[in-house]
Amino acid sequence: MGVLLEVENLTVWLATRRGPRKAVDDLSFRVDSGEIFGIAGESGSGKTMTAMALLGLLPHAARTSGRAVFEGRDLLAMSPGELRAVRGRRIAMVSQDPSTSLHPMLSIETQLTEHMRHHLGLSGSQARGRAVELLATVRIPDPERALGAHPAQFSGGMRQRIAIAVALACEPRLLLADEPTTALDVTVQAGILRLLDRLRREQDLAVVVITHDLGVMSAVADRICVMYGGRVAEVGPRRDVLTRPRHPYTKGLLDALPHPESGAAALRPIPGGPPPLGEVPEGCPFHPRCGFAVPECRTDRPVPALVEPAHESACPPDPLGGAA
Amino acid sequence: MSTLLEATGVAVEYHRRGASALRAVDGVDLSLGRGEILGLVGESGCGKSTLGRALVGLQPAAAGAVRFDGRDVTPLGRRRREPGLRGLQMVFQDPYASLNPRRRIGDQVGDGYVLGGTGRPEAARRAGELLERVGLPADAARRYPHEFSGGQRQRIAIARTLATDPSCIVADEPISALDASAQASVANLLVALVRELDMGMVFISHDLSVVRQIADRTAVMYLGRVVEVGPTREIWSSPAHPYTRALISAVPRADGAGVLPVELPGDVPDPARPPGGCRFHPRCPLALPECSRQDPPLAVLRDGRSAACVLQSPGEPPRPLPEPREAAPAAD
Repeated sequence: MGVLLEVENLTVWLATRRGPRKAVDDLSFRVDSGEIFGIAGESGSGKTMTAMALLGLLPHAARTSGRAVFEGRDLLAMSPGELRAVRGRRIAMVSQDPSTSLHPMLSIETQLTEHMRHHLGLSGSQARGRAVELLATVRIPDPERALGAHPAQFSGGMRQRIAIAVALACEPRLLLADEPTTALDVTVQAGILRLLDRLRREQDLAVVVITHDLGVMSAVADRICVMYGGRVAEVGPRRDVLTRPRHPYTKGLLDALPHPESGAAALRPIPGGPPPLGEVPEGCPFHPRCGFAVPECRTDRPVPALVEPAHESACPPDPLGGAA
Repeated sequence: MSTLLEATGVAVEYHRRGASALRAVDGVDLSLGRGEILGLVGESGCGKSTLGRALVGLQPAAAGAVRFDGRDVTPLGRRRREPGLRGLQMVFQDPYASLNPRRRIGDQVGDGYVLGGTGRPEAARRAGELLERVGLPADAARRYPHEFSGGQRQRIAIARTLATDPSCIVADEPISALDASAQASVANLLVALVRELDMGMVFISHDLSVVRQIADRTAVMYLGRVVEVGPTREIWSSPAHPYTRALISAVPRADGAGVLPVELPGDVPDPARPPGGCRFHPRCPLALPECSRQDPPLAVLRDGRSAACVLQSPGEPPRPLPEPREAAPAAD
């Protein structure tokens, strides 16, 4: 299992009316092949912008710095033409809402075969044959007939399966899945999560799952990166991060989830809300909401550091360290 | 506990041009007491939002009746609503859409008082108190909706509902559009209000874990019907309907164990053409031959529980569901 993607010091500035503002701030992480890597955080934490930066799909006038080395080449240094050859071919994306990622007026066949013919140079009939296989892989009943249908003829869960089939068509090595199940019912979500897990096992596909749902993380992710204010708060193996969090923000997110077993009637929210773009506080971005903050947290910018093997946390006071 | 809101045999139909009427809610009985939170759960398309709208009179019922505090709930029309029904209010999912972007918060919250006959200055003063009560800063009244986050806007929408002095709230996915920590705080607010003001609340949500945490009783809907209802704790520990169990086991837990949730195969059928027999039988892992012919009614069991399944017998304690006979389909 080798390193497939290595992101180093990624920073993304978005253009706002008051000038450029950092949406992602000095972010580093790696993804191994065949791994499901989770990126968690509230809205505005920079998780979606990270994915967009890797694909070269940032909004107009956004700027990036740092490196994102994928299969030995820096995605951030590629020309638009080079990036087009990678995007959809080696790296594919599935977004939250399958009703916007699929074209409503085009048949499933057109949407499934267009990029196969472009990237892989397949003939019409070869592409059609592969499209049938792909629909079977993602468990769409009666794939032959589904090819002639349009997105509106499928349910939300089936549409998301089709969107995944489109993403898989050129056998990418990396799939970026941005809130892939958020718009779906739990019963349907369970099927999509099982599908992602099977694909990584059978095809050695690496998946970056971006979600605010720690339950989803717990089900599929091997490692989890928790982001806050555009930076890494904590990253480590799934079990460590979810059962022995070392960053107060991760602990706050876990505590805010319903815990019916505890018998407590009230939920425990994190006070305040995440900072809007361009208003990330100095020092540790989480300090205004943190129950463990000490004076240094207001001034010193924390850097992720190893707290146990493979587990990093950007909280130098480490108030949760003794709990392990 | 006295009954506050009661639905008997409520059915709602949507009429579509050139097609048969779609029965989105098909004969639902429900009751809600003072100081009680009733969770209403089910997959999208099961009719839970439509039922919620019918409960407050936003959607006329094709059959059955809703009674609130001893009065018939009549559909909202052009004319002024009967004063006795003002205590029945709704909180919507999207606080962005339910607030007027061009009016000050204080005026919008005060409307409820003004409609109740209070003068504007007094309404403004009381609106300020309500905003404080739902946890907003004192200067919120002078500001506009866009100046607030999603969680704060939902608090504003709740304050506006409270201005009518409601005794019953129907909340349709009130926290679904919010961030995780805002979800927890708005849910806490609603629960605290219900307890303090001795209101009743129907809490409609697709998020089962939140319902499990806050609801006293839970009703599970499938394809326009209530298939199980009972005390939340008991429903979760021993579901009496296979659909309830399927919903519960599909919820992933954030325990770090890496357990994939159980998939319920198949999609919710088209409500315009519900399957014959028990509506859940095509997807049911426990379906018996008779399930394709018999349509079991919601039967009252023991201990405040009801279920619509042939595996349960009326008047008996709920029977634990057997394990599915066939092995689960290959991992996927």
